Amino acid sequence: MDISNLFNPKSLAVIGISLTNERHPANVIYNKNKFRLQVNVFPVNEKGGLYQGEKVYSSVMDIPQKVDLAVIVTRAEAVAGVMVDCIKAGIKGAIIISGGFAEVGNKDLQDRLVTIAKENDFPFIGPNCLGIYSYPFYDTFFVPSERIVRPEKGKVTIVSQSGGILVDYMVKLAEEGVGLAKAVSIGNKALIGEIELLEYFAKDQETQVIAFYIEGFGKGEGRNFVRKVEECGKPVIVLKAGKTSYGIQAVASHTATMAGDYNVFSSVLAQYRVLEAKDEYELVPFCEVFSCYKKSIVGNIGIITGSGGHGAMAVDLCLSHGLSVPLISESDQMEIRGKISNKIQSIASLKNPIDLTGSAMDDDFVAAARFLSEIEEIDCLLVLLLPYLPGISSDLGARLSQIYRQSGKPIVAYVPHVDKFMMFVEGFQLNQIPVAHSIEEAVHMVVALKRFGEC
Amino acid sequence: MLKEEIKDIIKHSKLWGWVLEPDAKRIISSIGLEVPRYIYTKDLEQAIHFVGEIGYPVVAKVVSPKIIHKSEKKGVEVGIKDDKGLRKVFNRFYKMEGFSGILVEQMFRGLELIIGAKNDYQFGPVILFGLGGIWTEIYRDIILKMAPLRPKDIDNMTKCLKARPILEGYRGAPKINLEELNRLLNIFSDFVMEIENDFESIDLNPVICSTEKCIIADARIILKKGYS
Repeated sequence: MDISNLFNPKSLAVIGISLTNERHPANVIYNKNKFRLQVNVFPVNEKGGLYQGEKVYSSVMDIPQKVDLAVIVTRAEAVAGVMVDCIKAGIKGAIIISGGFAEVGNKDLQDRLVTIAKENDFPFIGPNCLGIYSYPFYDTFFVPSERIVRPEKGKVTIVSQSGGILVDYMVKLAEEGVGLAKAVSIGNKALIGEIELLEYFAKDQETQVIAFYIEGFGKGEGRNFVRKVEECGKPVIVLKAGKTSYGIQAVASHTATMAGDYNVFSSVLAQYRVLEAKDEYELVPFCEVFSCYKKSIVGNIGIITGSGGHGAMAVDLCLSHGLSVPLISESDQMEIRGKISNKIQSIASLKNPIDLTGSAMDDDFVAAARFLSEIEEIDCLLVLLLPYLPGISSDLGARLSQIYRQSGKPIVAYVPHVDKFMMFVEGFQLNQIPVAHSIEEAVHMVVALKRFGEC
Repeated sequence: MLKEEIKDIIKHSKLWGWVLEPDAKRIISSIGLEVPRYIYTKDLEQAIHFVGEIGYPVVAKVVSPKIIHKSEKKGVEVGIKDDKGLRKVFNRFYKMEGFSGILVEQMFRGLELIIGAKNDYQFGPVILFGLGGIWTEIYRDIILKMAPLRPKDIDNMTKCLKARPILEGYRGAPKINLEELNRLLNIFSDFVMEIENDFESIDLNPVICSTEKCIIADARIILKKGYS
């Protein structure tokens, strides 16, 4: 089934618009698309009439122009009929926002939609979902325009079983300056689920990182999913909910006891190089770091800092996450010492962490980073940048990014994210260097690069 | 392709939902893995005669469709040293619920591992590998991988175990035969895929590994409910 029509429609019918209730999801969706997005949108309600002075069509079949996609927001009982009309009208797919299907026990009603869709080669997302966010073309999330937080356009696509969680992550991506390509809330995933979307996004040029929020797979679906991830070649990140189970009873075998559902989930994901984010504190930084880097690391970290305390904390975090922080040899230390400015030569500590002290200048950070990126012992750099050091400027992000582009060794930065320092943060973000708001988050990013290469 | 013998065993075992140990051992042998020399009998004298051939010490286990957890029901006796000991154990087992015989077998020393399989709802057959024996569930040093295992999966399985140094001979202890272990995992993985529609979970526990070989000392195959 070709689902590409779901993402770039030129025209959209919103079916189920209310003439009296402005807060009806259909109205929210209609208005945001009409006023803020590129798609051409038509209101539909079986009763007809006028909405905001525009003609409301009583059926999609009455719309005089070609319609690419339908957003169905009617009562559950009416959805199948509407879908048949859409097919008759030559529409190429639908987003079914309406709830009242399998999630409340109406499995038969849902199965009918699937049967109709399969018989007519008519793809749909949902039901019981927020649908698709494909900015600036269209967006079916029933979050009013003025309340939605839009991340910048970027490389990450998120697919989520939960609409609420998805909107929440969009806020968090925006907060961290991580760009979003597309977002899909799949709800009951009656016809199109994680696997179909993975196949699609594997080929989608805009998408470079695919993140999933998954509550659970259907029978045997997990097997297909991990195999598709392996074929896809793009980093795939999964956050699983429902890890604990109070349903596990004493079972008859050791294997069944130890191989609990989540344990299997997590192990098989790792086996097929799917990156599991254990919680939201990992998900967002994982998305950020894989928006910038594609290759895994062994995990030998060179730390550059302007504060000894930050260096010490970073070392602890690295080691506790299974990374190593190799000592820099005496001769290499001598060489670095020769490259940094005179005034810090006698006070800087260069063993790793490289503590350039509070008197360091931009040039010192650049010199140390360039040196570490050229030696074999180190395969990733962690730069802890404190914007309140008088000698450094917001140019550092751009300058360090050039070192990455020459050496290919990933650099991850930490800069406190407060308004006053945002120029420093953006210096990294705009130059595609992942920048964390805490040392811990920076280490999570590095861990992700390592985990990507593990068994 | 599954041999007829295995299919028959699985079919008749569905009556009580799991494969009795002597039957499980027949299956294990028929797929090319090693089990200890054993006798399964209701006749004490026959058992004593058999031990006459293989020699003491031996292990004795109760066989009963009513007893799935033999250890917990005190249905396993290790280190039996003589006829007198064997008689005593036999008489005790004889009174157990559903007694259908005693299984007497050679005793082996070596590192105790567990190799298991679970038919997972989301992922299908997965294979578990880890430290075995009675402490299995205490240490939980295990690796899980989706079957069928690819060569790199088998490699990573032994590599990523926390107890890896023990496999390699920690502090002068003999190392185990890793080639044999890999062969075992490979054969087991194929077998698990072949009985995919029939099993719920499998424990080979303990698998006793030494420098020479890996022997499956106990096997429990729990079948899916209902006949497929």
